[in-house]
Amino acid sequence: MTDFDVIVVGAGPAGVSAALEAARGGLRVALLERGAYPGAKNLMGGVLYTHVLAELIPDFRDRGAPLERHVLRRGVSLLSADAEMSLGFRNHRWDRPPHNHSYTVLRARFDRWFAGVAEAEGVELLTGVVVDRVLKDGEGRAQGVAVRMPEGEDPSGGELRAPLVILAEGANGVLAEAEGLRPRPSPRHMALGVKETLALPRETIEERFGLEGEQGAAWEYLGEATAGLRGAGFVYTNRDTLSVGVVVYASDLAASGLMPAEVLDRFKAHPAVAPLVEGGEVLEYGAHMIPETGYDRLPLLFRDGVLLAGDAAGLVSTSPSHEGSNYAMASGRMAGQTAVAAHRAGDFSSATLTQYRRRLEDSFVLKDMAHYRAWPGFLEQNPHVLSRWPAAAAEMAEAWFRVGGTPRSERGAEVWDLFQRRVGIWPFAATAFQMRNALRILGYGKTDKLLEYLARNW
Amino acid sequence: MSTQPKRTLTVEERLAANEVRPDRCSHLDLVEPGTCGTCEGRECTRVCPAGTYRWSEEAGRVIIGFENCLECGACRLVCPHANISWRYPMGGMGICYRYG
Repeated sequence: MTDFDVIVVGAGPAGVSAALEAARGGLRVALLERGAYPGAKNLMGGVLYTHVLAELIPDFRDRGAPLERHVLRRGVSLLSADAEMSLGFRNHRWDRPPHNHSYTVLRARFDRWFAGVAEAEGVELLTGVVVDRVLKDGEGRAQGVAVRMPEGEDPSGGELRAPLVILAEGANGVLAEAEGLRPRPSPRHMALGVKETLALPRETIEERFGLEGEQGAAWEYLGEATAGLRGAGFVYTNRDTLSVGVVVYASDLAASGLMPAEVLDRFKAHPAVAPLVEGGEVLEYGAHMIPETGYDRLPLLFRDGVLLAGDAAGLVSTSPSHEGSNYAMASGRMAGQTAVAAHRAGDFSSATLTQYRRRLEDSFVLKDMAHYRAWPGFLEQNPHVLSRWPAAAAEMAEAWFRVGGTPRSERGAEVWDLFQRRVGIWPFAATAFQMRNALRILGYGKTDKLLEYLARNW
Repeated sequence: MSTQPKRTLTVEERLAANEVRPDRCSHLDLVEPGTCGTCEGRECTRVCPAGTYRWSEEAGRVIIGFENCLECGACRLVCPHANISWRYPMGGMGICYRYG
């Protein structure tokens, strides 16, 4: 006896996408959410890349998706203790749809809307339901889930049955862990994000960030932004709030002796950031983990009757571009499609579910992740890239721009001196070489290609 | 802008802004409370963004204020003794992000 054709655990971007895709394929879908509503437990910095959403719901803008602002300005700043060196970008063409598929969002609002769309298409959304474990038959095949909800609200008798379970439970992946699909991650491969939502009048936000109307900005900060810990600070503009936070490797944080709120406070107090957040009233304070496990530590993505999607599967771009919610939606879609195919075949064993892995391998999700597979290792071996060097760069810029003191003619030598002391030509060359390999750029993998590149460009 | 550095909010003041539906009992526990007495780093007391874990010298153990928990899961990963028994609160309870 089954209650549903497929049970999806977690109503975030991965889970809702999976549920929607499965329902469109004609399946009876249960979407379980432990929060009081979808999004109640979900948090991210906040830029949503909507190219996958546009495939799922082409008219998402007209259907009232709670988008905050489209990202017109992007940038990164390197911070020393009191200086900022920044590289900013703005493209007026991003003012028109599809807005470079980049919008700031507040996840509690977005996820709720997204799940509502799935519900309208026949998905049975059950909120306030915690899944404690996956039910299995004698041969270890998933048969459903054991659930926990407040007394008197449980019509299911604690169990929901389906031949297929999609785990889209988020970064902590406690069910995937219990199912042996992944080990408990090391704090070296998980980042902790802490964030404040700050209230500011629209006009103030637009004035401070040089924006008009629906335009938005997404800015990242390295170096002193995270008190020298590996990670980054961020400021994203919403309609009438700012999302301000820091993301740091859990291992670095644990070793630093700093508390997350202290790191955040230092970031907010930095002279480059303070004027942007000045006067913002804290509306909410939240925290969330980000899997930085990467391609080489991917969990098992499926097992008899179980598929893993989104953050729970570690599907996050471990590269200088931080993407995750789009990977979640794409993997959710593919899990949903796999569920439909499995029902058609009447087989929920690994033999059929392995096509999920193939779908992912053929998509940008695992192609990107495979491309940047060496990046997490690079950051582990070269922590100075995120810890000491950004501040050194800002100091060099300061030495260059400083007026008075050293004669102009000696300024170059002074900057070079600073570079030698704070960075060093050999460490720089060695790191640059490794970075090239990690990012697979400039004729990666073939020495003759690199020589060719250098010959062509110099 | 004022030249005086502004007082930053305490973690408690920040948490006061959040919507929380407190569970009736703690979803967090210590596997072996005695272990924390011998723990050198007590990482949980520093890494938790909500200050959920506090070392009490008088009690000789870590005190857990589970009501503050943001359910991020960091404590579980950084405890060097895997001494934190961590599960999600009852459905619908715990942190309830309004912005997220």
